[in-house]
Amino acid sequence: MTADLFLTNVAFYVVGAIALVGALIAVTQPNLLRAALGLILAFVGVAGVYFVLEAEFVGVVQILIYIGAISVLILFAVMLTRGLMRGGVAFNTQWVGAALIAVIVFAILLFVVVGTKWNVVTQKVSGDLIPKIGTELMTTYLLPFEAISLLLLAALVGAIVIARE
Amino acid sequence: MLDQYGMVALFAIVAALFPPIGLFVSWLVRPKKPNKSKLTTYECGLEFEDFPEEAQNVWVQFRVQYYIFALIFVVFDVEVIFLYPWAVAYNALGLFALVEMAIFLGILVVALAYAWRKRLLEWV
Amino acid sequence: MDLLNNLFPNLYDWLVGVLHALLAGLNLRADVESALVAGIMGLVVVVVLLLWLVLMVLAMIWFERKTAARVQDRVGPNRVGPWGLLQPIADTIKMLIKEDIIPANADRLVHTLAPMVAAAPAVLAFAVIPWGKGMAPTDLNIGLLWVVAIGSIGTIGLFMAGYGSNNKFSLLGGMRAVAQMISYEVPQVLTLVVIALMAGSLSMNDIVAAQSGWNGLGWYIFAFPVGPIAFIVYYISALAEVNRTPFDIPEGESEIVAGHHTEYSGLKWGFFYVGEYFNFFLICSVAVTLFLGGWQGPLLPGYVWFIIKVYALVLLGMWIRMTWPRVRVDHLMKFAWKVLVPIALINILLASLFVTYALPALNQYGLF
Repeated sequence: MTADLFLTNVAFYVVGAIALVGALIAVTQPNLLRAALGLILAFVGVAGVYFVLEAEFVGVVQILIYIGAISVLILFAVMLTRGLMRGGVAFNTQWVGAALIAVIVFAILLFVVVGTKWNVVTQKVSGDLIPKIGTELMTTYLLPFEAISLLLLAALVGAIVIARE
Repeated sequence: MLDQYGMVALFAIVAALFPPIGLFVSWLVRPKKPNKSKLTTYECGLEFEDFPEEAQNVWVQFRVQYYIFALIFVVFDVEVIFLYPWAVAYNALGLFALVEMAIFLGILVVALAYAWRKRLLEWV
Repeated sequence: MDLLNNLFPNLYDWLVGVLHALLAGLNLRADVESALVAGIMGLVVVVVLLLWLVLMVLAMIWFERKTAARVQDRVGPNRVGPWGLLQPIADTIKMLIKEDIIPANADRLVHTLAPMVAAAPAVLAFAVIPWGKGMAPTDLNIGLLWVVAIGSIGTIGLFMAGYGSNNKFSLLGGMRAVAQMISYEVPQVLTLVVIALMAGSLSMNDIVAAQSGWNGLGWYIFAFPVGPIAFIVYYISALAEVNRTPFDIPEGESEIVAGHHTEYSGLKWGFFYVGEYFNFFLICSVAVTLFLGGWQGPLLPGYVWFIIKVYALVLLGMWIRMTWPRVRVDHLMKFAWKVLVPIALINILLASLFVTYALPALNQYGLF
């Protein structure tokens, strides 16, 4: 194994670990704001995974949107619902059933992920990807692109109507 | 590409280590003498402990205005994400790309106009 | 002149040669050896850059205090060293030896992590800025977006500071600071789309190279009418992003004590203070790279020109700070959303027309 491949593998495990630690903090912390910060750490890990996969544009978008915008949204939302800040029990009374279901779902997912024959891409798309993304957006994927703007408009109007209630 | 992002990873590691090392150096040399009044938070005039118990809850009621600004910001951030690949590919694409992007921006200008008309951009 | 211009890249290559010679005795495999050399050299570059940035920030602190003093018709620091040059060092030592007070009932972990999250991203964003010819630490394909994205992480640090202090003034100050920063983030990223349009690339080196025409008139700030508008909108929104006066409500001493860093003392406060200067230096460097042609200039080597241009913009920012009063918070928000965002959007349309119709003709004359 070449040194480059080895380093890429190491990088993948490190960012994966960061994402996992962040996710663990997010689900186990009783303090809601600390849980939100754990979620932000998970976003950092996912951005790292995108960079290791050489999808640099998506990685930067992840940092800009998720860590820059959506994290702020989540933190503000947590601040607005202050009653949940103290309290928040880590274990509630139904934890046995929940753990059982979680293990079963995990087993099913593991079976599916390991057992499927995934289409492995043998040709790497390399070089400067951003002009290609731009061109594809304007030609092949034009309809979803325009639909996205309508979706954003609807999301904004809907969220504002709900937030003002 | 690995060497580019390897450098970025080195930057991230050093940038993450720089504050803790500084704080460690400071921890070695600074005094540690906590006393009761140093540990209270800043408050003009009255002593915090003289307040009744309910008023000692620090959390202020926050206005929804903050959340609405964050919402509008998310929508415009996502819009900007689509502007960048378009801008880089623009030269090769010709005028129809401009028209398509104008439609995209137009719909989002409608969103901004909606927020403007509904007086959501005010800080009351 | 080429020798001076290429001084640092040549130094780098010489060091790589030295390292290869030193490691030859270990008889490593070729790819392992090159990875090791790249790693060590990368570390050297990062540490040198960090030390240089700290030096730049110390110089900026001195510069600000002296200029503020002169503007206010007084002398400024002049006791510590000649012309007060050692004043920032004295300040740093003072910050190191102050006691670190964490308020009771505060969230200790968040309180400690907040200054780190506020100061670290600025260092990370310097990874793509070209300081001279061939002197960008790394040249990412998405360099422009990288700077923008890293700049948006700082808001989380401010929020953590406001929350972690268990003080309602801090919390309010933190939330207001975050609201201000996200409001000015939109015009900031919108104006930079214009640069991507004109350069056809997001890589910082490409953008600097695209501004090389006509001995300085090829800088994007001279690309009427799109360039100056974009520069002004970018500079204003970036000043508001980093909470510099006249947009420094988050830390306005007369209004909300010190806002989100009320409860910080010692080196943690120092990181907020230094972080603000790091960010200010970063936005001036980005503005120089994108609008003022980066390191290009006649006679002097590239890195000298870069420093000169960045300090010119830093002086402009400090001049603005010492001249104008603080903007009221509702005016602040209105200005961002109702003035800057529409201007930036119109600018994008103008720029796309410019690129379609004017740019091919100008390219033939060697411009842009």
